[in-house]
Amino acid sequence: MSVDTHPDYEGRDPLVSLEDVEVHFEESSGLFDFSEPEVVRAVDGVDLDIFEQDVVALVGESGCGKTTLGKTTIGLQRPTGGSVSYRGQDIWDAKDGKGDVEIPYKDIRSSLQIIHQDPGSSLNPNRRVMKILEAPLKRWQSQMSAGDRRGQVLSMLEEVGMTPPDDYAGRYPHQLSGGEKQRVALVRALLMDPDLILADEAVSALDVSLRVEMMDLMLDLQEKFDTSFVFVSHDLSNARYFAAHSGGRIGVMYLGELVEIGPAEKIINNPQHPYTKVLRWATPDLTPDGASSDKPPVRKIDIPDPKNPPPGCRFHTRCPEARQVCMEQTPPEYTTEEFHETKCFREDDSHEYWSSPQITDDENEADQLYSEADD
Amino acid sequence: MSTHNTTNESGEMYSASETIIELRNTEVVFDMSRGVSRVLDNVDLDIRRGEILGVVGESGSGKSMLASAMLDAVVDPGILSGQITYYPDDGDPVNVLGLSDEELRRLRWEDISMVFQGAMSSFNPTMSVKGHFVETLEAHEYDREEGMERAHELLSDLYLDPERVLESYPHELSGGMRQRALIALSVVLEPDLLVMDEPTAALDLLMQRSILSLLEGLKEKYDLTMVFITHDLPLVAELANRMAVMYAFELVEKGSTDEILQNAAHPYTRALLNSTPNLDAPLSEMTSIEGSAPDPVNVPEGCSYHPRCPLADEQCVAEAPDFHDVSSSHQVECFHWEDAAEAIPFNIEQPSSPEEGEAR
Ligand SMILES: Nc1ncnc2c1ncn2[C@@H]1O[C@H](COP(=O)(O)OP(=O)(O)OP(=O)(O)O)[C@@H](O)[C@H]1O
Ligand code: SF4
Ligand code: SF4
Ligand SMILES: [Mg+2]
Repeated sequence: MSVDTHPDYEGRDPLVSLEDVEVHFEESSGLFDFSEPEVVRAVDGVDLDIFEQDVVALVGESGCGKTTLGKTTIGLQRPTGGSVSYRGQDIWDAKDGKGDVEIPYKDIRSSLQIIHQDPGSSLNPNRRVMKILEAPLKRWQSQMSAGDRRGQVLSMLEEVGMTPPDDYAGRYPHQLSGGEKQRVALVRALLMDPDLILADEAVSALDVSLRVEMMDLMLDLQEKFDTSFVFVSHDLSNARYFAAHSGGRIGVMYLGELVEIGPAEKIINNPQHPYTKVLRWATPDLTPDGASSDKPPVRKIDIPDPKNPPPGCRFHTRCPEARQVCMEQTPPEYTTEEFHETKCFREDDSHEYWSSPQITDDENEADQLYSEADD
Repeated sequence: MSTHNTTNESGEMYSASETIIELRNTEVVFDMSRGVSRVLDNVDLDIRRGEILGVVGESGSGKSMLASAMLDAVVDPGILSGQITYYPDDGDPVNVLGLSDEELRRLRWEDISMVFQGAMSSFNPTMSVKGHFVETLEAHEYDREEGMERAHELLSDLYLDPERVLESYPHELSGGMRQRALIALSVVLEPDLLVMDEPTAALDLLMQRSILSLLEGLKEKYDLTMVFITHDLPLVAELANRMAVMYAFELVEKGSTDEILQNAAHPYTRALLNSTPNLDAPLSEMTSIEGSAPDPVNVPEGCSYHPRCPLADEQCVAEAPDFHDVSSSHQVECFHWEDAAEAIPFNIEQPSSPEEGEAR
């Protein structure tokens, strides 16, 4: 889905542009299974433009393709279909040396950085913080003197509130708290002076009370360093906090597809896609006697196997609003309101959806009730 | 049913048939080269029959220690002390810390059951899910046929296909399915109390919320008492009737969920509520808690929260506060609890919020 109608975006060239991107993984089946290898459709038919100083938060259940789409966006994952370009240069053509390469792959790689989910495992346990942070500078800015390098690392540590910086620079990762490790990972990404950082569940592993602090820090630095962010999270309240503070968008993914995308506050306050509404239900709201006793507003709790996504609208097996036509036809992207797109027939007042019969699950038929994840 | 009188946490006399497990002066210490590490400090807690108690606190505050203490399961070389009493609904009170190994083994599955974060490590990867059920039933000499019937029922209560799940090996299930299968396993011996330590932490939010709503159904159907331990206050607030807040290895506030959400009286609880990313809070008003949690070897004198507390004064630095009653169902360990609401206003409107500081 593209939102090139956004006024702030109008006339601006995207930093990274995804067109009809598809990522399919072939999975070899069991030892004695000689059938065709199975294909996991991690990402399917995604169009997305990311601009300078832009923020896009991707939300969805585990296994819906958020991380794969994020990695494809920063050129860490090669798409099996469609194209990904950086400032107009196709990233994989640059890598393969195909055609006229305007921007070398090396430059693209250093402009697109990542912060991982698990702050612990992404830092080498046997190296002090200074060593860890000097490494990318040595690699990408080899002309820099050792003194300048150390100076820059120390000033960045100070920038993220790790003071006194020399104290922190001398520590090993196990001598840091979870929040501090995540800051080191953030510094490491920022030292490359990137245009875009993929923060993959970068706050999820932190205590609830530390998440706001980490997000504030990233927002501060986003302004200071003009960096764009793709922020992946299964938690809508984190996505909202991060995207709304920066005037960014939230994109909702389901089984490899982007099913709704729009300005953060619109997605929170005026969600259109039935799946977005389900995610909103799942987000606790701290009001007494909240939705506690409600049943989950899905017809099935478990997500279907991405190897075999349901035909028609992929959400039809769980959607509380699904009708017959949803099993047969695939909904296109509808423009809900400005800059807000939704992939659901309910957006179209004249669609045959409205006269199509409701899908009813037979409660007595055991199989209907249960999950499909292990089919 | 045995009924006898005892003194509850706030000093009132009441009938103990309401209490299922009682902790008094419960402490856990580790002797470390750096000094004595007191990772659970003088905890008093009554868990009431039929309730869902949420225990919340930040990482490292001692939540898991509290869970292990309840079952005398603190890892070596930790030293557990205090008085822990289990009140079966028929029979005499049980002094948990005085049980033999065999008695403890029985208590742990048959009366009080535990679920931990990360079902994968609780399952044996080389054994089918069915194997786990059979093994558990046999080890405790339960009737296998009856037990497996119960297993089927429990699995479908948790929206799983019993046949399919029982035949599967743990790695063949998704994280959410595995965690639900583990919950079914932990209640197959019909315990009275289910203690869950971060049972959903590794799962996505939709699965977490779905499991919570299934737990509520399970509790009603099987007459369970539940303790749900987590760092995620908003999550458990949807489920729990009552909450206990931990800070620096101690309980600092206990109260009904409504009272905690609307009228938290401890400065830490109020700050915690304000620091939580929330869809309803105005964006500008979410704030994090300044400073960091103390090291168990070096807990501040006086009130352990004083270095981070905006209300701290000389008294807080000099002495540790006792519990004060905010209401008969709400206690707080703070000298200045009456001023907390004014000093740390909430950033979201609470519907029907009582007047500041007023007991409900
Ligand atoms: N085996 C051990 N030896 C010494 N100290 C320990 C041991 N296990 C835990 N601790 C310490 O006890 C304190 C409380 O730990 P506990 O695991 O109960 O915290 P928690 O609240 O459950 O945290 P989390 O949310 O991270 O699970 C921490 O300071 C921890 O470092
Ligand atoms: S197209 Fe149909 S099944 Fe898909 S989300 Fe809309 S109503 Fe639900
Ligand atoms: S006792 Fe004092 S320092 Fe402790 S929480 Fe209360 S006001 Fe703050
Ligand atoms: Mg723990």
